[in-house]
Amino acid sequence: MAKRLLIVLTLILLAFMFWDVAGNYVEKTALEALPGRYVAQGPDELGAPNLVTAVVVTYRGLDTLGEVTVLFLSAIAVGLLLTLGGGTDAAEPPKRASEIVETAVEYLFPIVILLGVYIFANGHLTPGGGFQGGAVIASATLLLFLSLPQSRLRHGLLSATESLSGFGYVVIGVLGIALAGGFLDNRVLPLGEYGRLFSAGAIPVIYTFIGLKVGTELSAVLERFKGNAP
Amino acid sequence: MNELSLSAITLATGFGLLLIGMWGMLVRKHIIRIIIGFSLIDTGIHMIMVSLGYTRGGTAPIIDAAVERATAVNTVVDPIPSALVLTAIVIGLGITAVMLAYAVQIHTHKKTLSIDDCTDGKW
Repeated sequence: MAKRLLIVLTLILLAFMFWDVAGNYVEKTALEALPGRYVAQGPDELGAPNLVTAVVVTYRGLDTLGEVTVLFLSAIAVGLLLTLGGGTDAAEPPKRASEIVETAVEYLFPIVILLGVYIFANGHLTPGGGFQGGAVIASATLLLFLSLPQSRLRHGLLSATESLSGFGYVVIGVLGIALAGGFLDNRVLPLGEYGRLFSAGAIPVIYTFIGLKVGTELSAVLERFKGNAP
Repeated sequence: MNELSLSAITLATGFGLLLIGMWGMLVRKHIIRIIIGFSLIDTGIHMIMVSLGYTRGGTAPIIDAAVERATAVNTVVDPIPSALVLTAIVIGLGITAVMLAYAVQIHTHKKTLSIDDCTDGKW
């Protein structure tokens, strides 16, 4: 009973804390100084129409490197946890999907992968980017596992892609120190014509690396959760 | 709150989701439900952050044909919270995956998903 009371008290105190923030909230009518500067000078400075991408990849590039590291660590942790204890052994072989589903997935799989590649390659122009594109690629893998549970991924190829993408990302970041303004500066490559696919310096290259890395990492995580089904 | 604006509604919803998720984590015994509670907290925080970056009548911060480049400062929303939420979503996904892997391990070793049966680390 005392535990119940403490829980209710905690929630009431939290709600009281939030009430102050929510009650005094006034919708902003203008940008503050820092985002205003990013919006005003970002397109000229970095050549990327999508300002969220400009912030993610260049202005706050170090955060994104940390984020990629966290995702990498969690993929390692999932792999370690699910292999140490023998993994998830399915008691009986999973039931086959119907032939219609299997055939449809075989046709859809490359198209979904292509959509993922499109999303991360156009990350500096349209809504989207490396993480979103990688998640779409992983969803293609999930589709494959749901319809064809026996399918396996080629681990050698996956880890090679993942390691090389992570390595390439850091190499481009370090090149920024030597050739441009600092670590992860996108101006190591020419900015190009504004609004084109090959523009905005290193942003599409970095997002391609991130997309490949996230896609392969999440696919590997999904396969770990699938377990060693026969 | 002088008038009920769009972002005030999403802000309040975010705080509500956060409280519901916290309640779920504290009250529920089933590990999967605790993980769902965590996901609700995560989503609530994302909604709060996006609401705080909204400017009245603002549009997506993508400077293309639809947004005049010279007046963009007055017409787009703050890109920084959007970028931070992008980061937060990915990290939340990673943490959820690790928690689910732990849940799988607990289930293979103890054949249960109730935290009442996981007293090994309790003193």
